[in-house]
Amino acid sequence: MTTPHEAVIGSTGLDHRKMGVWAFLGSECMFFGSLIATYLVYKGRSPSGPTPHEILNIPLTSISTFVLLMSSLLMVLALAAVQRGDALGARLWLFGTPFFGMIFLGFQVYEFATFVREGLTLQVNLFGASFFVLTGFHGAHVSVGVVWLLTLWTLALRNRLTRADALIVEIAGLYWHFVDIVWIVIFTLVYLIQ
Amino acid sequence: MTRGVWGWITTVDHKRIGILYGVTAFVFLLVGGFEAALIRLQLARPDGAVVSAGTYNELFTMHGTTMVFLAVMPLNAAFFNYIVPLMLGARDVAFPRLNALSYWIFLFGSLFLNASFFVNAAPNAGWFGYANLTAKQFSPGANIDFWVISLQLLGVSSLIAGFNFIVTILNMRAPGMTFMRMPVFVWMTLVTQFLIVLAFPVITVGLILLLFDRFFGTNFYNPGAGGNPLLWQHLFWLFGHPEVYILILPAMGIVSEVLPTFARKPLFGYPVVVYSGMLIGLFGFGVWSHHMFTVGLGAVVDSAFAVGTMLIGIPTGVKIFNWIATLWGGRIRLTTALWFALGFIAMFLMGGLSGIMHAAPPVDMQQQDSYFVVAHLHYVLVGGSLFGIFAGLYYWWPKMTGRMLSERAGRWNFWLMFVGFNVTFFPMHFLGLLGMPRRIYTYAGGLGWDLWNLVSTVGVFILALGILVFIGNAVASLRSAAPAPADPWDGRTLEWAVSSPPPEYNFRNIPTVHHRDELWALKAGRAPVEAAPPPPREIHLPPPSFYPIVVAAGVVLAATGALTHLALVVAGALVVVFGAYRWAFEYRSSLGGGLRPPSDASPRGLRGQSPRSSGPR
Ligand code: HEM
Ligand SMILES: [Cu+2]
Repeated sequence: MTTPHEAVIGSTGLDHRKMGVWAFLGSECMFFGSLIATYLVYKGRSPSGPTPHEILNIPLTSISTFVLLMSSLLMVLALAAVQRGDALGARLWLFGTPFFGMIFLGFQVYEFATFVREGLTLQVNLFGASFFVLTGFHGAHVSVGVVWLLTLWTLALRNRLTRADALIVEIAGLYWHFVDIVWIVIFTLVYLIQ
Repeated sequence: MTRGVWGWITTVDHKRIGILYGVTAFVFLLVGGFEAALIRLQLARPDGAVVSAGTYNELFTMHGTTMVFLAVMPLNAAFFNYIVPLMLGARDVAFPRLNALSYWIFLFGSLFLNASFFVNAAPNAGWFGYANLTAKQFSPGANIDFWVISLQLLGVSSLIAGFNFIVTILNMRAPGMTFMRMPVFVWMTLVTQFLIVLAFPVITVGLILLLFDRFFGTNFYNPGAGGNPLLWQHLFWLFGHPEVYILILPAMGIVSEVLPTFARKPLFGYPVVVYSGMLIGLFGFGVWSHHMFTVGLGAVVDSAFAVGTMLIGIPTGVKIFNWIATLWGGRIRLTTALWFALGFIAMFLMGGLSGIMHAAPPVDMQQQDSYFVVAHLHYVLVGGSLFGIFAGLYYWWPKMTGRMLSERAGRWNFWLMFVGFNVTFFPMHFLGLLGMPRRIYTYAGGLGWDLWNLVSTVGVFILALGILVFIGNAVASLRSAAPAPADPWDGRTLEWAVSSPPPEYNFRNIPTVHHRDELWALKAGRAPVEAAPPPPREIHLPPPSFYPIVVAAGVVLAATGALTHLALVVAGALVVVFGAYRWAFEYRSSLGGGLRPPSDASPRGLRGQSPRSSGPR
């Protein structure tokens, strides 16, 4: 990367980019809030099955939830490594985080495929529609995060990620943690409280 | 500065982007006005036959959508772009390239929406596209698809601009400009951006569900499969009510700048105006169901929303009193800008009063879907937003173009618009109370509606004449008017401290602010005049960039694909990814030599600190 990432500290003492990401995440809260509200409003209103009881596999999804949670831990380690200037750690954890994200996505693909085989589709009932749209958009967010983190990882591999760049890692981390937290909410509301 | 067309395509300068927004939005104002004129011609006489019923549906849908999303919002954006960084004492916005991206997506999205006319499939389900009229079953053509997809594009554009301006305002204030020293226009811009950022995701979700219903066969809005069309109404109005504040708050900000300048008195009760603006924004999220009094949500819900709606009247009324008190005892200069601001107060007040009327559910049940509502919404949107925008145009035109507008023509412009507006819309109150429904393409004679419909149509031509005078005035000004001085109105805020139009870097030295009306304080010798630091040898500005338009093109390519072929969606996505990566890695910290400021004296003696303290990114 050709740009030295000098921080741009504004009137509030925050970097522009960091503040921009906070504003973005605020907006995302409304986005997921609306999707989750749609799911809840339609809960139990499907005239025909399959129902959540018949379909959702809590043990399986608990595992993938755990993996995603662990990826947040790795994200913390990655940021700490970049801040310390620990190149090896940065490479390791900046790969580990998206890798765990990919495992989560793998589980989701498997889950979706199984559900479709068992007869839950977008079209079959409201549960299918609201479930797939909600978790699908979450999965899309995870995918964006994975690509983002892998990009940072390639920078780290080419020694282009120095201590001065800690901020861009921190920003990716903010996004990643946010996507994780959204999943905790979805997991609780969709899977645990049926 | 890169010149020519290429310069405009790659520009990241907030002033140029502001001009692009303004010109584009003005063209769409004319397009929407043309559609309105056709509507009025059709309704001028009973049994009108100017357009068919189907075309009529397209006309009012496109008129509403165009005026809201392609005319008034981007006209406001033109002022955000051009004026806010100047008022803040900044060199640009926080993310100049994102700013360009917002504009290009807005432009392409607007063209996309209007392209529907050429394939004979213009949207036709009204500007709030109620489910389940929008279902594939009832609207099988591509009309609604055009509408859904272009609204998504416009939403993305507004959201990006929203993040950008929140950061710009919070983070790029000149040293000394505390929040309570910010000009009210900047405050209202900030509140507007928060509304955009929080309200647009909600309609995004509503539109996504509609898109899935139409493209993938889901049943979100299909009552036959357990779905509830009211979900759309809730999602739409949870966005839609904040949206009306997105349309009006900037105009309130403009008027709060124009009045003190021409009354030569500081704004009366500045903190109260600011806080009531925030309250309006906040309450705006809690009143959406007043658009749904007739769907049968129940007495308790209706009452709660009625009370909430009436409560909003309080901060709004407070502002009106503050504006009047600002004028009170002022040494008033009746410029065209002030005339429009006065027109705004009077007309917005009338729209507010009819609004309070249908805040009461029993009254609303009589007025809903009648021409009374059409009268109401135009009093706030034309008499309010558009008059506010014209006040801003007359006020800031010299700053933006470096030329004066004719005040004489301006007076004609104002009075023609003012009279034309009232002749057009005041009779609609009567029509509504006489029972004429909105969105009907024709009506039988002898129902008592003939006269007022004719009067209303005549009014449109007076209004149009007013707009024509503006265009003439603008052209004449650009061609041959006297050059504008830096500070033609004896202004109060920082944009008047730099030349008209401002240099590319805005401020040679970033000023330090000591007062709410900083420039007045300086001119009156009430602000400390500090020793000028030596002018910076180089000013770093972000270099022009090609990638915003590339990314926007990718986005619109993908959108086109959604209506034609999957391959285009993939191609568009690839262009977006390519553009985004090149963007992220674009060389940007050092530009090919900084700009050298001329060595003449710093204008207006503003003294400042090092220019790099809060540069654009
Ligand atoms: C400039 C002159 C204008 C005229 C003569 C005009 C006229 C009209 C008329 C007659 C209708 C009712 C159509 C019907 O219900 O059948 C209408 C609807 C509407 N107008 Fe305007 N209008 C003007 C400007 C504006 C502006 C500036 C805005 C917004 C900022 C606006 C927003 C709307 C909206 C949202 C609707 C409702 C569309 C719908 O029913 O879906 N109008 N206009
Ligand atoms: Cu409302």
